[in-house]
Amino acid sequence: MRATKKKPIKSLKALGHRLSQTERQIAVLENDSGVDPFTDRLRALGLSPLRPTEISIFQVNVGKMCNQVCKHCHVDAGPDRREIMTRETMQECLDALAKSNIQTVDLTGGAPEMNPDFRWFVKGIKALGRHVIVRCNLTIIVANRKYHDLPEFFKKHNIEVVSSLPSFKARSTDRQRGNGVFERSIRALKMLNDVGYGKEGSGLTLNLVYNPSGAMLPGDQDSLEAEYKRALKRDFDIEFNHLFAITNLPISRFLDYLVASENYQRYMEELANAFNPMAAENVMCRSTLSVSWDGYMYDCDFNQMLELKVKGAAPHVRDFDLEALTNREIILNQHCYGCTAGAGSSCGGEVT
Amino acid sequence: MSDTYYDPKDLNKFGDIKDFQPELAQKFFAWYGDVFQDGALTAREKSLIALAVSHAVQCPYCIDAYTQDTLKRGCEEEELMEAVHVAAAIRGGASLVHGVQMMNKANELLM
Repeated sequence: MRATKKKPIKSLKALGHRLSQTERQIAVLENDSGVDPFTDRLRALGLSPLRPTEISIFQVNVGKMCNQVCKHCHVDAGPDRREIMTRETMQECLDALAKSNIQTVDLTGGAPEMNPDFRWFVKGIKALGRHVIVRCNLTIIVANRKYHDLPEFFKKHNIEVVSSLPSFKARSTDRQRGNGVFERSIRALKMLNDVGYGKEGSGLTLNLVYNPSGAMLPGDQDSLEAEYKRALKRDFDIEFNHLFAITNLPISRFLDYLVASENYQRYMEELANAFNPMAAENVMCRSTLSVSWDGYMYDCDFNQMLELKVKGAAPHVRDFDLEALTNREIILNQHCYGCTAGAGSSCGGEVT
Repeated sequence: MSDTYYDPKDLNKFGDIKDFQPELAQKFFAWYGDVFQDGALTAREKSLIALAVSHAVQCPYCIDAYTQDTLKRGCEEEELMEAVHVAAAIRGGASLVHGVQMMNKANELLM
């Protein structure tokens, strides 16, 4: 009997899905959320217009290409996405960094390592003496022989590794990230541990990211971290430094899931009811700048995916003007409730 | 008063019990919050116990709340259902163990 090959899962863009259009997503956020305008909440706190405090993180999305097609992905990344950053745009990012004192560069994607100039870019950033974070999806390390030495490469350049692992069990992980992802992630984590990542005293940081596998807020970050540490050590002898609990924002594939499963309004209500003024003070867009594969700048990775370019400053990184960017007004919409709910949420987890 | 005894929206109004008696409500919610903190038992373990008890006392509000809470804490469906089986086993066992009492009585009465 001939084995039937499983049909590959496609991005919303490749499917021609209506929510692959950002204006459709914004319309759903603005018209159908059923909760008070987010800007009203900030105005009541005297935080409107919202402006940056100090830009300390330069986040670069080096491309939407990915070896995985996660169900909740706000980037709508996948193997069928071809948008990746060129070396020329990377150089423009390096030039911008050289003109500023921003100390941390956060590399994301897609799977950033799939960009053929990824390593060149990392070396360039390190030559400027900046700290590098890579958002590694883990499975890329074991996806192909050419990526097997990534743990060594990360170690050589003392890169901080941040990796998603939505559960310490296979079922929830695979449901969200694809069949077999858990087993491959465990293999990759062992490879990272083997070179010292996550090991006490090594100075090599390995942080994990938890996000809920459904329409709910994440639980308490410290409790989850303790559970993860116990379970991963017990079941797989794996160690890591910290766990970041991140809220899923109603954008792209997660928005599609919310709408299709009729959870959208209930979820928005849960986010809005959990609005936390402390988290609002500390939202990551006040300290982060997000650059897209084609060199445009955004308030955060979410605004990037909604194609809402920075307002009040030249939007392309080649025209980088730190002062204008620091004084800009941050663009808000209903998805921002995701970053202010409960203990707050950012690319580094809770914010309170 | 609605046409049904239970309304899911009432779960979010739980805090309103303070409107009729603030001091006792305040004590209850403070104690309730402390109960579910990480302690000798983890918050996750406590949440699973709460889910099991919710089924034992058959409280729809509690089932709603602790299904959500256990999932937020990263529990999987299998764990949730095993917790429900614990409640069911104790409830079933509680009936059956009284069978011994029945047997004692029957043995007392029968020739």
